[in-house]
Amino acid sequence: MDLSLSTRTVPGPNGDRTVVEVGGEIDVYTAPKLREQLVELVNDGSYHLVVDMEGVDFLDSTGLGVLVGGLKRVRAHEGSLRLVCNQERILKIFRITGLTKVFPIHTSVDEAVSAAD
Amino acid sequence: MATVELLFSAQPEHVRTARLVAAAVARRAGVDEAVLDEVRLAVGEACSRAVGLHRSNGVTTPVRVVLTEEEKSFSIEVGDEVPGAGVAAADAAGVPGSRDAAPAEDFDDADGEDEMGLAVIRGLVDDVEVSAGEDGGTIRMSWPANPDAVLG
Repeated sequence: MDLSLSTRTVPGPNGDRTVVEVGGEIDVYTAPKLREQLVELVNDGSYHLVVDMEGVDFLDSTGLGVLVGGLKRVRAHEGSLRLVCNQERILKIFRITGLTKVFPIHTSVDEAVSAAD
Repeated sequence: MATVELLFSAQPEHVRTARLVAAAVARRAGVDEAVLDEVRLAVGEACSRAVGLHRSNGVTTPVRVVLTEEEKSFSIEVGDEVPGAGVAAADAAGVPGSRDAAPAEDFDDADGEDEMGLAVIRGLVDDVEVSAGEDGGTIRMSWPANPDAVLG
């Protein structure tokens, strides 16, 4: 399955959040599309991102690299990048690479949008 | 003996094919269903790394994946044809005197993906060997398998 991406703006108690809904497989072939999307959002001034990974079937280290790159970009603007994920197979990859300490991971988009920075 | 051997040109879009083939052969070999996600991820990481090495070094030969069903195990070998790459891989895999793995925060996009891929493989697979050679490097991984548990 290919990668699908859609973005929407959701108002939260601490301001607007841009939710990026990702579906399909994030791997060496598709990760550049996600990277472009994140770069574009930051260039357009969206510095508070929520990446919803509930529809992701597969994630590898290339995808992790893109998410870390996105985090660095938003942090340069004092922004935030939060993840939404409940899938054990995906969470495991964040755990074994130690990235659970780098990304705030939430169980729902509502929770991520409401989180204080 | 090799059960299935796969050669693919070093293009990112073929890595998915390698993952699907590896998972299908692993299932047939009797690798536990719960472990198939790990097989899929590990072989994807090894193939992504090989594709990246071939492309960045201008190597035009294909990446080789050998899937072998043994009596009580299932092994996957992913070979690249970049001389010396295996040495770097052995370094990153924790051979004494190796360079330290970069901290996670230093990983950005292409930088450090090689190390992160190997870190994922090492985190997932208990039995991994990374070897170096004049002709390229090989990552060999194996998992327990019980062929008797497979029907048909």
